Order: sequence, then C-alpha cells, then structure tokens
Amino acid sequence: MTLQQVKDELLHYDGKPVKIMEVCGTHTASIFKNGIRSLLSPKIQLISGPGCPVCVTAPAYIDRLVEFALQEKCCVLTFGDMMKVKGNRMSLTEAKAVGGKVRILYSPLAALQIATEDRDTQYVFAAVGFETTTPIYALMLEEILKNNIQNLKLMTSIKTIIPALSYICENEKEIDAFLCPGHVSVITGSAVYEELAKKFQKPFVVSGFEGEHILAAVYEIIKQISNHRPGVKNMYASAVTEEGNQKAVALIQKYFEEADDYWRGIGKIEDSAMKLKTEYRKYDLGSSFEEVEEHLPKGCRCTDVILGRINPVECPLFQKVCSPFNAVGPCMVSTEGACGIWYKNCG
Amino acid sequence: MCVAVPGKIIEINGDFAKVNIMNNITQVNIRLVSANVGDYVLIHAGCVLEVMKKDAAEELLEIFSALEEAADDDASAS
Repeated sequence: MTLQQVKDELLHYDGKPVKIMEVCGTHTASIFKNGIRSLLSPKIQLISGPGCPVCVTAPAYIDRLVEFALQEKCCVLTFGDMMKVKGNRMSLTEAKAVGGKVRILYSPLAALQIATEDRDTQYVFAAVGFETTTPIYALMLEEILKNNIQNLKLMTSIKTIIPALSYICENEKEIDAFLCPGHVSVITGSAVYEELAKKFQKPFVVSGFEGEHILAAVYEIIKQISNHRPGVKNMYASAVTEEGNQKAVALIQKYFEEADDYWRGIGKIEDSAMKLKTEYRKYDLGSSFEEVEEHLPKGCRCTDVILGRINPVECPLFQKVCSPFNAVGPCMVSTEGACGIWYKNCG
Repeated sequence: MCVAVPGKIIEINGDFAKVNIMNNITQVNIRLVSANVGDYVLIHAGCVLEVMKKDAAEELLEIFSALEEAADDDASAS
C-alpha cells in the first residue's frame, strides 16, 4: 500500500465519526508540523491527552520547590520546562528573580557532578516525568548511593501513563482510540496496553513521530474500528518492543514503588505515581502524595483539554488572556502542553 | 519532557559513549542498553533509552507493506 492510497482513504473516510486521542505532546507537535489534520476526513478527529508531565504536576509541588530554592545554601536543579509553571505563590523563574537558587539541567545525571563539586550546598532535583525519564532518576540515585553523595536528593512528581489512560477510558466515553506515547512505550513496551485494549475494546496503536508514521497509525486505527477488531499494534518497531527496555524497568522497580497521586486538572488517580521505596526514602526531599485540593483559575478549561473533551481553541481564555507569556493554565506553560503547542501553531 | 532524539555511537568508554547527533558530538550514559560503536540510538536527558533496530525509511516501508497485506486479507475475507 502506498502513502498516497493511505492519504486518499483517510481523506475520504465516511464511516462513523472517530475521536482519536494522541497521548504524547511530541505527537501533538508532529501532527501540526506535518499538517496531519488537513489530510483527514472531518469524521476523524485528533485530540490531545494528558501526556505532558509538567502540565499535570500539582501547584503544591511547585510551592515546595520554591520554598526550598529560597532557603540558605539550598539549590533546586530542574529541567527547563518546569521553570515557568506557577505554584500557588510563584514559579521557579520568579523565585530565581527574588534571589532563589535554581539551575536548569539537561540531564539529571549532570546533577551528580554539581553536587560533588559543591558539598556545602544542599541540592534537590525536581524529578518530574513519565516512564521515559524514571529510569534516569533511578540511575541518578544509584550513582548517589555508589559515591555516597549526601547533598543531592530528589523531590519526585513521577507519573505513570497506564492508570491515566485507564481513567480516561472509564470516564471519557467519547474517546474511540489511542495513539500511544512513543517514547514512554520504548521503556514500558507495547504489551502494557493489551489489558486496556481488551477491557475497553478500543485500539491502542504505538506510533513513531514522522508524519508518515502518524498517518499509518491513524489508518490502522480506522481499519481496526471499521473491522470491529480493536487491539494493540506496535507501529514503532525500530524503537519499541513488546516487552520494553527490561534493564530500565528493572532499575525502576529496584528503587521505586507505585503510589496514588494527584494530577493537576484531574484529581487523584490510584497507583499513578512512582515514589522512592521506603529504604531509599532518606534520599527524598519533600515529595508528597497526599491529595491536594486545587481550583484552576476562573474560566480555565485545562481539565477539559487534558481529558480530551475540547481542543485548546475552544477555551474562552485561549490566546486572549492565556498565552505562553502569561500562562493562566498549566497546559499553556510547557512546550509539550497541548495549549502551548496549539498557540505556537495557531497564532 | 519525553522528547528523545536519535544519534550514532562513535566511541564507548565504560558506561558512557560519544554520540553524533546531527553533527553535534556529545557524551551520553549507556547503562540502560547494550550498545556498540556504530549503533543508532535513541537519547533522552543524557541517556540512551534504546538501540534503534532499523532506520526510519526501512521501518516505514515495512509498515506500508504490512498495511497492504492487511488490506488484501480484508478484501479476500469479504
């Protein structure tokens, strides 16, 4: 089958309306970059999901980081996309502006050298992310233990995607199929979606990030729905296996265990976090898994965006009072957030 | 945050490797994989997540070939 034949079928599809959730922000960005929506029939709708860990991190977590950054001889180490996320009081960028110590790193592993070279400062890494990043935090902890580094700890807000997808399947009946997150699946493997596909009778297709990858995956989803044969299909076999990266999974299981956690805009989802095991808890600095009461700003519809009920342009604040320069809701903050990506591409 | 990029391993020293990412040479950790010099790898946050099994062009050819086979099966079944 040629790419042109796939494009023709998708453009002229006239079956039942299908709503496909792309879980990962990198897929959302690629869908825009490749003009995928313009190649699909109006009966095929692509909608973003909860795949931006920064966007679903609780404001109370940011508050704890800010508080730490403002203490004497303390420093927060973080990925750059956490900097602008607002807590209840301020963001890390604002904390830095008033004298707080915050450093942006590309890799958690770079924190090891920083902490070793400055033993008088207590460092904490803002360990945020999904399964893609969790094994790197495990590697970091392993090096902390091996080298007896006392002044570097983790504050975790690590989420797992399967409980979130299960939550969406249970509560958002209009989502017909899922474009599974490619890089999360590199670690977890494609088999983790089998139970969901069977239970909810929906297609779960793992896709790469090229435009052709995404078109082929959407075509596969449409075929599965048309043939009433929903299931799991791995269409990113260059990087994703059925069983995933077992070395990485073993490392995660060595240091982390499941916990209930709060997702900004959604609420508590059972077993949706990874926290340090009890024996390693002394390397945890201030993580909290208590349910947090939170109210999104008035008018903000980030909850509806994260759960795939609306596209960002349907939010009354989008592009009016909410922009990356003055983000009202969490989905506008990160480069991986649905609203941020839509803003960049619909401006 | 889950962004990952492909690169090619050009040198290995213990747990670390030098990789070429679009003509930028950088050092990454390879503890999560079994990799060799010359392998194309997927890199995230300073770490190799996986060794790529094939290149994108080869993969896409296989995907579209499989879709055609599936379409033929559907046609003969109906």
